[in-house]
Amino acid sequence: MDRLEELENQSVYIIREAYKNFKNLVTLWSIGKDSTVLLWLTRKAFFGHVPFPLVHIDTHYKIPEMIRYRDELALKYGLNIIYGENAEALKRKTTFPDGKVNRIECCRLLKTEALKRTLSGEWPRYKFDHKKKKYVVDKNKEPYTGVIVGVRSDEEGSRSKERYFSPRDKKNEWDVTDQPPELWNQFKTDFAPGTHLRIHPLLDWTELDIWEYIEREKIPVTKLYFDQGKGKRYRSLGCYPCTKAVDSTAKNVKEIIEELKTGKFSDIAERSGRDQDKEDGGGLETLRRDGYM
Amino acid sequence: MKKEQMNIVIVGHVDHGKSTVIGRLLADTNALPKGKLEQVKEYCKINSKPFEYAFLLDALKDEQSQGITIDSARCFFKSKKRDYIIIDAPGHIEFLKNMISGAARAEAALLVIDANEGIQENSKRHGYMLSMLGIRQIAVVVNKMDLVNYDEKVFGRIKEDYEKFLKQIDIEPKAFIPVSAREGDNITKSSPNFKWFKGHNVLSTLDSFRKVKSLEEKNFRMPIQDVYKFTGQGDDRRIVAGRIESGSISVGDGVVFLPSNKCSMIKSIEQFNVKKKEKVSAGFCPGFTLQEQIYVGRGEVMCKVDEKQPYVSSKFMANIFWMGKIPMLTGKEYKLKLATVSVPIKLQKVIKVMDASNLSTSGKQKIERHDVAECIIRCNDEIAFDLAADIEATGRFVIVDKYDIAGGGIITEYIESDEHGTIKKDLRGEVCPLTLDHSKPLIEKIRSGQALEIIIDHLPALENIGKFCLDHHLKFDFERKGKDVKITIKA
Repeated sequence: MDRLEELENQSVYIIREAYKNFKNLVTLWSIGKDSTVLLWLTRKAFFGHVPFPLVHIDTHYKIPEMIRYRDELALKYGLNIIYGENAEALKRKTTFPDGKVNRIECCRLLKTEALKRTLSGEWPRYKFDHKKKKYVVDKNKEPYTGVIVGVRSDEEGSRSKERYFSPRDKKNEWDVTDQPPELWNQFKTDFAPGTHLRIHPLLDWTELDIWEYIEREKIPVTKLYFDQGKGKRYRSLGCYPCTKAVDSTAKNVKEIIEELKTGKFSDIAERSGRDQDKEDGGGLETLRRDGYM
Repeated sequence: MKKEQMNIVIVGHVDHGKSTVIGRLLADTNALPKGKLEQVKEYCKINSKPFEYAFLLDALKDEQSQGITIDSARCFFKSKKRDYIIIDAPGHIEFLKNMISGAARAEAALLVIDANEGIQENSKRHGYMLSMLGIRQIAVVVNKMDLVNYDEKVFGRIKEDYEKFLKQIDIEPKAFIPVSAREGDNITKSSPNFKWFKGHNVLSTLDSFRKVKSLEEKNFRMPIQDVYKFTGQGDDRRIVAGRIESGSISVGDGVVFLPSNKCSMIKSIEQFNVKKKEKVSAGFCPGFTLQEQIYVGRGEVMCKVDEKQPYVSSKFMANIFWMGKIPMLTGKEYKLKLATVSVPIKLQKVIKVMDASNLSTSGKQKIERHDVAECIIRCNDEIAFDLAADIEATGRFVIVDKYDIAGGGIITEYIESDEHGTIKKDLRGEVCPLTLDHSKPLIEKIRSGQALEIIIDHLPALENIGKFCLDHHLKFDFERKGKDVKITIKA
């Protein structure tokens, strides 16, 4: 087995364990390359099927191409896709682009808070109706107790300490100093009522592994990752006010792999274009303890 | 061709410099992203504390403020030979469960001992845990040699004493390496400070470790994770899915599921976005369709009919380590998870309890936090298992106390179930329960004196069962139990 095969099979195993153990399971789909690989691995685990919904948190500051790509893939694979948002913060303009709060607070409101309330079912969920070809309010308000998230250890410090199955308490908080033991592929699947679990099948993958897997499997990803002729491309996708495109002429997956291996990005961190990280002392621990992905 | 990958764990007593060894290793091999070192240095300056390489890994705020590793971190690193994931395990006794979580993912280990402080409690305890976790490739790194003036005698003493300890627990270390991680001596390059040392540095020692021998040659085992049928999406396949933990299997092979003893034959190997395969082996998580549709589910182990099969029993002898804050007691009910089976158990008897930090033993009948114990476990139902020494994946387990994984263990000996003789099978809900034609092992068990007790609720199936017994010259007896029928088959 080579490295990619090892990674793929470990992730498939984890995804199946999650499916077996959680009745109300969802995958958080950010539309980026990692969560798209996660979607692919889900299809690997279930022989082409995606047996649970994908949840997307729409901050309304996502690059518009991301949303277009999201709905295109939903149609193509017949995905059960749901989105949620922080309607109130958006209405009252308590956001960083509106100049009312700093970056960290903006992330907390538009992502963390929206995520928590969407998962719990307190705020409206919008579900893609494949017949009407548009989003409609989802009647199901049952809380989701298991959430699959595509975070990787190599992204930043607090993620390098994560478990595959990581419990969050009633308030969605992560007790990072007292994580459950996890060994021999036995995960935490018993928990007190009210807790829910984050499941992280991609912890052992690096950015380079992700691209090499996309290349091997020919997984479709959004074109934002490629240079469209202006010498710029996105290396990591997020909200446009806080995510910078990088200077690069990589036009396809092969060229991105080359760039990561030997080229200009071989020693620059992937999230270096993400400004919220810098405001948290170089990591995302503060945000993540509070429920950020 | 992709390079191979190896998972390494770094363990040892608190403050002996594990995170510093890794931090140095990452920095000296350019594994850190540009700006990371500067970023951490800048952070230290702002918070007015001296820079340490350990901060590269101790990313959590509590870790940095207390200068201690709380949880295992994964770091990525490359040598010319292979890709590594290095797991930095905490050394404080309080975080032993995190050390175990980290070490359980590793194929090889570096054990760090402080030259100045010498062998401490957790140097020994971690050594012992490595052996229980089945990690055989170990190198001992004697760190902080700068604090003892690079004295060969200090190194020699630690080497002699620790070798003695490792011998008692049957570990033969691959190397002892004197280093100073803070100064970068002997981490990725040899140092003039160690003129007296002729061995490899840490990096080349890692490269000399070998990948664990392939599991393909062992007997086939696939614990069932789940059985899928996505009829709603227009898919008629009924797929038995799991991870092949050992061995290999081909289309057409006869299989038996344990402990239920049901048999069938592999019809096809199912994988998504892969060319159809005829054979698949250990490490993969494929699906299978079966020739005869039988009712099997999670917790059973798929084995090959013509190979040596796992033990089936409700009792076994095991070595257990306990991580729970509340001790493990005899008589109390726990849950055991082994591969994909999950079953209520009780601790029947403690043979002996050991303190892994000094190997002293006692006869107390409870297992306290951080104890290691030899004991007898009794399960509520029969399960299929192997001895850990034969097949690790089906020979080791965790114990859940209420909601938490509180202990782990390896099976050392098989003990026969008490209800000797009777194999029980509940086949209610099945239209054609006896596809026993291939069930050679089952028939052999009946012939050797064990009774088979079946419960069915579909009466026409009696005909099949009767025919099966006549064909194989077995006696059978049946009695009505409400809507069900109980059938007893004997030799």
